[in-house]
Amino acid sequence: MSLKKIFNSSTGRKAAMGLTGLFLISFLVVHCAVNALIFLNDGGDTFNRGAHFMSSNPVIRTLEIVLFLGVIWHIVQALVITRTNQKARPVAYAVVNANASSKWYSRWMGLLGTLILMFLIIHLKHFWIGSRFTGLQSGMILIDGREYENMFGELKLVFSKGIVVIIYCLAMVSLAYHLLQGFQSSFHSLGLKHKKYTPVVETAGVWFSILVPLIFALMPVSIYFGWIS
Amino acid sequence: MLSGAISNRLGVLVLLIISYILNSMNLTLKIWRQQNRTAKGGFKTYKVSDVSPDMSFLEMIDVLNDKLIREGEDPVAFDHDCREGICGMCSMYINGRPHGPGKGITTCQLHMRSFQDGDHITIEPWRAAPFPVIKDLAVDRSAFDRIMQAGGFISVNTGNAQEANNILIPKEEADHAFSAAACIGCGACVAVCKNASAMLFVSAKVSQLAQLPQGQVEAKERVLQMVAQMDAEGFGSCSNTYACEAECPKLISCDNIARMNREYLKSSLT
Ligand code: FES
Repeated sequence: MSLKKIFNSSTGRKAAMGLTGLFLISFLVVHCAVNALIFLNDGGDTFNRGAHFMSSNPVIRTLEIVLFLGVIWHIVQALVITRTNQKARPVAYAVVNANASSKWYSRWMGLLGTLILMFLIIHLKHFWIGSRFTGLQSGMILIDGREYENMFGELKLVFSKGIVVIIYCLAMVSLAYHLLQGFQSSFHSLGLKHKKYTPVVETAGVWFSILVPLIFALMPVSIYFGWIS
Repeated sequence: MLSGAISNRLGVLVLLIISYILNSMNLTLKIWRQQNRTAKGGFKTYKVSDVSPDMSFLEMIDVLNDKLIREGEDPVAFDHDCREGICGMCSMYINGRPHGPGKGITTCQLHMRSFQDGDHITIEPWRAAPFPVIKDLAVDRSAFDRIMQAGGFISVNTGNAQEANNILIPKEEADHAFSAAACIGCGACVAVCKNASAMLFVSAKVSQLAQLPQGQVEAKERVLQMVAQMDAEGFGSCSNTYACEAECPKLISCDNIARMNREYLKSSLT
């Protein structure tokens, strides 16, 4: 069977969503770990070093391209699947009692994903574009006699505005719910179901969906309230 | 003696009549009426009175149809056959749920005691492009037959059945295969799925055979062909909301969908 045929089938598309989803989840782990360096409260030195490593290491830079491709593939698949699904029910029900049979966030993955995408655009504009192309507003900083981009300074600048902090926190709520459905769903779509391991995956998924967005959200909040400096 | 027995029976009869009068319900039904496949359908409202809580939902519709026929109106068309939850023919979307309220039951097993006197009940046909409405609440589910024809079978030599113990099957596997085989193909999974996906049905049929030695011969082609037919029929793609499992009258598990995904990837990538 040709790969094209597989990826054009409903089951193949599900697998692609699962695969890209798990890849994006692995990226979240790395991103979250680097972010958490600000909680060392050392004036952002370690964080700035970490950010520099992430933007200069050739392996990470290559993975960054794969990451963008992963995001695009995840979105394109989602759009194609949504279109097929809409066509599958041309006449809507007059009364739907969906809450009787499924969780609301499992049905609103598209909307949650769109909110995350909108956030992603804002987020890239805040940090990634400056760091890669235009230069950060906070410029460079000297740490132990070496020049680094002052990413920590940029954080303080961006998160000084309350509205930005609120947007980031709301986006993390969307991410949490998207993950709550997406984490275990990825395994399911790839056919990875096991009597012994699936309960572990499900529990890990719940913890991951709460902890990772919480750590992310704590960043703007703690900077805004001056808990770290 | 005789008069005592008669008075006893009379007493029971009076009690029955009183309980009937006290318990009988009056309902307002909003039912989808559609003359044929191509006609434009719409809702019509009907009143039914003196409905016993012990009636099944289909019997309540029978009462309505009886009234409609007497009044010279076209009765409501709906599918049914066994009326005991085994054939999968009954298919009504009642108040936003396939087979109405209640877990693990079909419309024919739904009793009117699940409703209250004065209730408004909306009844719609299954909604999915591959399940076109034939008339009113009856839909054409032959898409399921075509999926079965694509691979939902095993090839065996006909003739005398062989000794049962020739093929040993562990109890656990036999149980899993049997629970998948409990699917009656009613289509509630498609009806409730927000994507009108048929994956629970197809996966149950793939699973019941994939778990038995007899199903191994065509295992690879089966899953590929059944999924291809499912897609060709125009069913949507599963997004793991698991609503199908929650509303399935036979409580078929979504684990079957994971198994089908696994079988599909295994078969297509090797
Ligand atoms: S009529 Fe056979 S299952 Fe309901």
